[in-house]
Amino acid sequence: MMNSQAMDRRAFVARLIEALPDALIVTGLGSSAYDVFAAGDRDRNFYLWGAMGGATPIGLGLALARPDQQVVVITGDGEMLMGLGSLATIAAKQPPNLTLVVLDNGHYGETGMQRSHTALGTDLVAVARGCGLPQALVCKDLSECESVAQRIQARQGPLLVQAKVLADEPPRVLPPRDGPFIKNRFRAALGLQPF
Amino acid sequence: MNAIDPSLAPEWQQAIFRVLKAGDVRQVAYVPDAGHAHVIRCAVADPDIQDIVLTTEEEGVALACGAWLGGQRAVLLMQSSGVGNCINMLSLLQSTDVPFLTLVTMRGEHAEFNPWQGPMGRSTQAALELMGVHVVRASHAEEVEEVVSAALDEAFRAGGRVAVLLSQRLIGRKNWERK
Repeated sequence: MMNSQAMDRRAFVARLIEALPDALIVTGLGSSAYDVFAAGDRDRNFYLWGAMGGATPIGLGLALARPDQQVVVITGDGEMLMGLGSLATIAAKQPPNLTLVVLDNGHYGETGMQRSHTALGTDLVAVARGCGLPQALVCKDLSECESVAQRIQARQGPLLVQAKVLADEPPRVLPPRDGPFIKNRFRAALGLQPF
Repeated sequence: MNAIDPSLAPEWQQAIFRVLKAGDVRQVAYVPDAGHAHVIRCAVADPDIQDIVLTTEEEGVALACGAWLGGQRAVLLMQSSGVGNCINMLSLLQSTDVPFLTLVTMRGEHAEFNPWQGPMGRSTQAALELMGVHVVRASHAEEVEEVVSAALDEAFRAGGRVAVLLSQRLIGRKNWERK
């Protein structure tokens, strides 16, 4: 059952990214990628169209490679659930510049709104803490966006934000699907050349 | 804490770490295996290399992509059984054209004691090839350095996706009797 207090996902993502203009953003596939794209396409966005469960370990590899940058993974509850073990992997490394934002609507939105485990009893914040990520918090109100952004910018250890969002389906806006293009554009934004 | 003298490790394992270090690999992700023990120990001890212990091998595939996005070279160390855990995640590498190097210690092929290692061990090469990974193999200690070095060049100079299978015969018989 969804908590009655939940945010509009597009509004939350747009406000968060606005407050983090330089962040390197890795998205999950499906709704979270659409939300990030809808907030405005950026060279520093890496959108997934597959590889479910991979968003957080991609974020970890990136955060370790670029300790000078703020890395934010924006994904959904379903994608996070498929890679729960990566929370333990991140905890073992404690990268200060990595944040996981889980847009939790308690459902698999892309496949017909079937209930996910977070609607059936799984507490992502408790899971994160149990894995060794003590900085895990719930965000239920848009007014908390700026304080969440400040926490992210402080870079004081890995952070997990469970953002409670409404189980609705905003209009689809599709980011590019051309993987090499997304990758090369992202790397170029960091001054990296093609091999 | 076990202090193990690195010079006591088999020379081929020492050669692997030399190649990775010379090849500027900065992230070593792994699910442990005895055949990787020396490289893992060296990665943990090296201040310029991040060692990342994984809960499942597919995390290492995704991590390698993230490292490359940030301009670093990563390697994934795993056992043949772990290859099966990676299948869908390997699509990430093909879809984004990201370089990839993995070193796979083989089970289920030479003097194997555990029949449960057989199905994945016999399917390891085919599974990797089905997912677009070029597979090479090192079966003799004296060829390991050159095979791994060539695979590293193929991955990071030519942008390839390469797996080096380290034969079970190379690793030797596992001692099953604990005294």
